[in-house]
Amino acid sequence: MALLEVKNLKKYFPIKKGVFSRTIGYVQAVDGVSFTLKKGETLGLVGESGCGKTTVGRSILRLIEPTFGQVTFNGQNLLVLEREELRKVRASLQIIFQDPFSSLDPRMNVGQIIAEPIRNHLKISKSEIRHRVAYLMERVGLHPEQMSRYPHEFSGGQRQRIGIARALALKPLAIICDEPVSALDVSIQAQVINLLAQLQEQMNLSYLFIAHDLSVVEHISDRVAVMYLGHIVELATDREIYQNPMHPYTQALLSAVPIPDPEIRKKKILLQGDVPSPINPPSGCTFHTRCPERKEICSREEPPFQNIGADHWVACHLI
Amino acid sequence: MSESAKPLLEIKDLRTRFHTLDGIVNAVDGIDFEVYQGETLGLVGESGCGKSVTALSILQLLRCPPAEIQGSVRFDGTNLLGLDREGVRKIRGNDISMIFQEPMTSLNPVLKIGEQISEAARVHKNMTRQQAWRWAVEMLRMVQIPGPNSRARQYPHKFSGGMRQRAMIGMSLSCNPRLILADEPTTALDVTIQAQIMSLMQRLKEEFKTAIVLITHDLGVIAEMASRVVVMYAGKVVEEAPVKEIFKDPRHPYTQGLLGSIPVIGRKEQSGRRLQEIPGIVPSPMKTPLGCRFHPRCPRVINRCCDQQPPMIRLAKHRRVSCWLET
Repeated sequence: MALLEVKNLKKYFPIKKGVFSRTIGYVQAVDGVSFTLKKGETLGLVGESGCGKTTVGRSILRLIEPTFGQVTFNGQNLLVLEREELRKVRASLQIIFQDPFSSLDPRMNVGQIIAEPIRNHLKISKSEIRHRVAYLMERVGLHPEQMSRYPHEFSGGQRQRIGIARALALKPLAIICDEPVSALDVSIQAQVINLLAQLQEQMNLSYLFIAHDLSVVEHISDRVAVMYLGHIVELATDREIYQNPMHPYTQALLSAVPIPDPEIRKKKILLQGDVPSPINPPSGCTFHTRCPERKEICSREEPPFQNIGADHWVACHLI
Repeated sequence: MSESAKPLLEIKDLRTRFHTLDGIVNAVDGIDFEVYQGETLGLVGESGCGKSVTALSILQLLRCPPAEIQGSVRFDGTNLLGLDREGVRKIRGNDISMIFQEPMTSLNPVLKIGEQISEAARVHKNMTRQQAWRWAVEMLRMVQIPGPNSRARQYPHKFSGGMRQRAMIGMSLSCNPRLILADEPTTALDVTIQAQIMSLMQRLKEEFKTAIVLITHDLGVIAEMASRVVVMYAGKVVEEAPVKEIFKDPRHPYTQGLLGSIPVIGRKEQSGRRLQEIPGIVPSPMKTPLGCRFHPRCPRVINRCCDQQPPMIRLAKHRRVSCWLET
């Protein structure tokens, strides 16, 4: 059974205008997203800015209240839970944020930051908490002696480690990683990716890994979901996605990634124009305005999300 | 690569430091490199290695003080650092122009796009307002902005990120410069838009024979755009090589580490899930380590590295490395 199951998740942000804040429209940030996350697995969620990938992550934890859908985690439907029950679930479903500079309280020292979830959820003595924090810091490659230091004394990579230690504090089953390495330099990025992979092996964690960098996502994930304008357009194993991409958007996205090898010259599929606004998304298949292979049906009907075998799902009329 | 014997830009022993309340920051600490006509030179390094400060020093876009620029920057024979303000102004935006990373903040929000692009043409080419405006529209058309006539009359907030970067490129090309300093030109953009901008820059470079100094941390972009690469670490050049050699045979342990630490699509099966990592962090520019600046993080450190700065060893015309292991 899947650890986390998301079904037809939607989030529409209302656009308010005028003296009475009348709702004049909706930003359709997430428009019917479904996927599952198995125990011990990493599911990559990749897409360009504005595709709704971050909103998906936050809606699952109800940091943003989703408009519609179903989120089942460990057998419980999160979207119907009361505050207190939800708080308990969040102990085993954690999140790591992108920006290591703004996601840590600058007035708390590292010990307090990592201890906060423990204090909120468990009734254990101060010395035990200290012990636990020291253990967690070692686990993520920080020195426990640095416990009384403040976030500004740490580099970006170290701050991300603090965020990871905080997420691990309650022995979660799954972590939503929202662009955890995009603010870091490449040499530091490798350290954090390796740390995440190592922790996963040791603790049998599941990750929902949200990122825009295709090479990072492909590297860390077992399966990859590609998002475009609020929809998942393709979902398959990492190998299938890069060896056999079916959706024209996935193909274009993959071809656009610069390969760090000057001997390889691949043909790029250059998409025309920009991503359309999610306020008024195109009819039918939302990608049809930029699709190099569009047909007449694409602007009329929304393509179904279908399994084409070997757990490879695509939403495209051409298939 | 059409390389004439004489370099278009020749930088010798460039040093830029900032006098701050906390002490002196040696952002760029004695670097040399050349750029030849029509080539793309990649300047690679991580944050804080001094690559952006190098570009800003070339055009003297730093406030002095707190900055202090020393050394020589010869452009077509003249030392730019010896020129007065008026002299530098004549070069800026005319012979040498710059593309900045942030397309959101590097355009003036209260001026129409057309006015911003035509400014350089008015100042440097003595065009009238009308001529310059028409020129600006032409530039927008050249960088493939649809409906350039009406777009020129709009303000930057109406443009998407990719379009702003196109407009920036149009602006930088408006006086037909011989050298463009492009500081992370595609970093703020999505990959599909990055691909558009890269192919545009490549096309325009071939058309106008402009030399480009491409500053980036993205080795993928370097592999696709640059013909020669200079790698910087903590304010110094550690290695230089033609692009193919830097990827095939990196000599400096830092370059090797950098190449090993990036995930490459489709390479997981051969090289495993674990990425090669460079331990530790980039040193603070206020207290750079003695000896080789990379030695605290270097996997192949020897005694000598800790207290003596390694010399720059020239292996071929455009192949040099600064490492004790090469001596």
